Amino acid sequence: MNTTVLRKDADVTTGPAPADAQDPNRHRPGTGAVAVAGRIALYVLLTVVALGVLLPFIWMLISSVKDDRDVFTVPIQWIPEEFKWSNFSDIWTRVPFGAYLGNSFFLSVVITFLQVLTGSFAAYGFAKMRFPGRDLLFTGYIATIAVPWQAYMVPQYVIMQKLGLVNSYTSLILLQAFGAFGVFLMRQFYLTIPDEISEAARLDGLTEYGIWARIVLPLSKPALASLALLTFVNTWNDYMGPFIYLTDNRLWTVQLGLRAFIGQYDAESAMIMTGSVLSVVPVLAVFLLGQRYFVRGIATTGVKG
Amino acid sequence: MSAVAPPTPKHVPSGASAAHQAAAKRRRRRTTLLGWSFILPNFLGFAALTLVPVIGALAMSFTQWDSYSTPKWIGLDNFERLWNDSNFWAALQNTFYYAAGHIPLTLAVSLGLAVLLNQKLRGVRVLRTAFFFPYITSLVAVAVVWNMLLSPESGPVNQFLTFIGIDNPPGWTSDQDWAMPALIIASVWRDMGYYMVLFLAGLQTVPAELYEAARMDGAGPWQRFWHVTLPGLRPTTFFVTVMITVSSFKVFDLVQVMTEGGPGRSTLVLSQLIFREGITQGRFGYASAVSLALFLICLVITVIQFQMQRRSER
Repeated sequence: MNTTVLRKDADVTTGPAPADAQDPNRHRPGTGAVAVAGRIALYVLLTVVALGVLLPFIWMLISSVKDDRDVFTVPIQWIPEEFKWSNFSDIWTRVPFGAYLGNSFFLSVVITFLQVLTGSFAAYGFAKMRFPGRDLLFTGYIATIAVPWQAYMVPQYVIMQKLGLVNSYTSLILLQAFGAFGVFLMRQFYLTIPDEISEAARLDGLTEYGIWARIVLPLSKPALASLALLTFVNTWNDYMGPFIYLTDNRLWTVQLGLRAFIGQYDAESAMIMTGSVLSVVPVLAVFLLGQRYFVRGIATTGVKG
Repeated sequence: MSAVAPPTPKHVPSGASAAHQAAAKRRRRRTTLLGWSFILPNFLGFAALTLVPVIGALAMSFTQWDSYSTPKWIGLDNFERLWNDSNFWAALQNTFYYAAGHIPLTLAVSLGLAVLLNQKLRGVRVLRTAFFFPYITSLVAVAVVWNMLLSPESGPVNQFLTFIGIDNPPGWTSDQDWAMPALIIASVWRDMGYYMVLFLAGLQTVPAELYEAARMDGAGPWQRFWHVTLPGLRPTTFFVTVMITVSSFKVFDLVQVMTEGGPGRSTLVLSQLIFREGITQGRFGYASAVSLALFLICLVITVIQFQMQRRSER
């Protein structure tokens, strides 16, 4: 798994957004008529492609405020004849959507918190301390990242069944809070923090726990944010985990609730789109708030130098 | 895989006396304990719920174990049954079909997007965000929107196809032959933004001087792409290929929500088979055998990819 190891220089964490630091106009090569025409063509192309990619979202948004009859019309109504805003108020009484949102939120927050806490703690041991067995242990972590989850979901299920935890949040929290991914991401980031800093702190008499809490953690805020955001979004969007472990309707997450709603009210296309919009909005908000950390997190775990 | 130079033991006197040696030993034991104390909280959860199950899956595949019986060692019987199970072969074939469509398309689209969006243009960040949207959207929403878009009679896609003169547009998810292409389209749309981000990160590592030099030599954009960008991106491309490959062999969620393996078993994939056998039917032993097969396929393909990468580096 050598490929997952990063370049150790710090600039990897700045990720793929060079526009952050540079004025996009500074290096404009050539301003002749040809260059301008090329630039315009590029813009047109990119905008068309972007609209094409976003089209399913646009269609979803439009359909969510239509009447059921108007969702599939020939030709398509890109602007609804009448806006049926009531879809957004009706859905709460048709299905316990509020409860589903609350459940998803609870699970995502708890799992994210535990993953960030234990992940960043363990990563310190892997990145900043040297002791026998460390590298072997880390190889074990990495190896399981490469094993498809489906390959061991049955034994996991058996363990949870024996512990009597099936159909409870505890099972999902235990399964998802101790993932190898968080340890890996945080370790990669800690490696970019120079050892001299912790050495100096050690000479000043700080314990290893002190160095972790007072020096390394504050320095790794961007990585913590990346990990928190990625974990939150993954947990919120997870379908298979809740699908296997949560059978009781009262425990369902948004994803399960939406899926059941689709099965039950097959014909109510507009209402289904309303539910879809509502399930996407929270995660979209989280993403837009922290998109820089997102991109960074993905780039940190994924690129070989 | 080696880490950055870790803190080395500080005082190692050359002519170490016995007392010194004992002190060093104590210090080493202390560091070991400290190191473990950092790792332990995560490791306990990880070992119990990931490491043990991974090993357990291996052992279970040689047993007959149904949800209410006790495990019984049956050697290779599960694998014999696997060999004769037509569902397994169908799922295997479908998984390969999906991979054969998903891997090259996702690679091409995400690389293309990354190269286009690597320009220094005003507003390019907004566009990057737009392309990343599908990836963070919940699968259920993605699946339901695509099912509606691809609806055979009056879905927007088929309306468009009829409009441009295709008389008999495909039935997509209601048609045995078109259900898999429909899944591949939706999955490429969903995943391209993620891999685009990886490619964009990789593009930052290609030295700008190389482009300058190529431009001096009169290389056009296309030549620069072939002779500078692609070779410079090789490590990233390799890594992305491995990731897409593993993820397409373990595809589950999208299939489960969009087609549930149907119509018939035309989109039944391996991880669905594991789910059906192991969790719905409670045949733990047999499901583990299917898991092992899936794992071995992923392993073999990854090893082949590593070998090819090594050969091309020479």
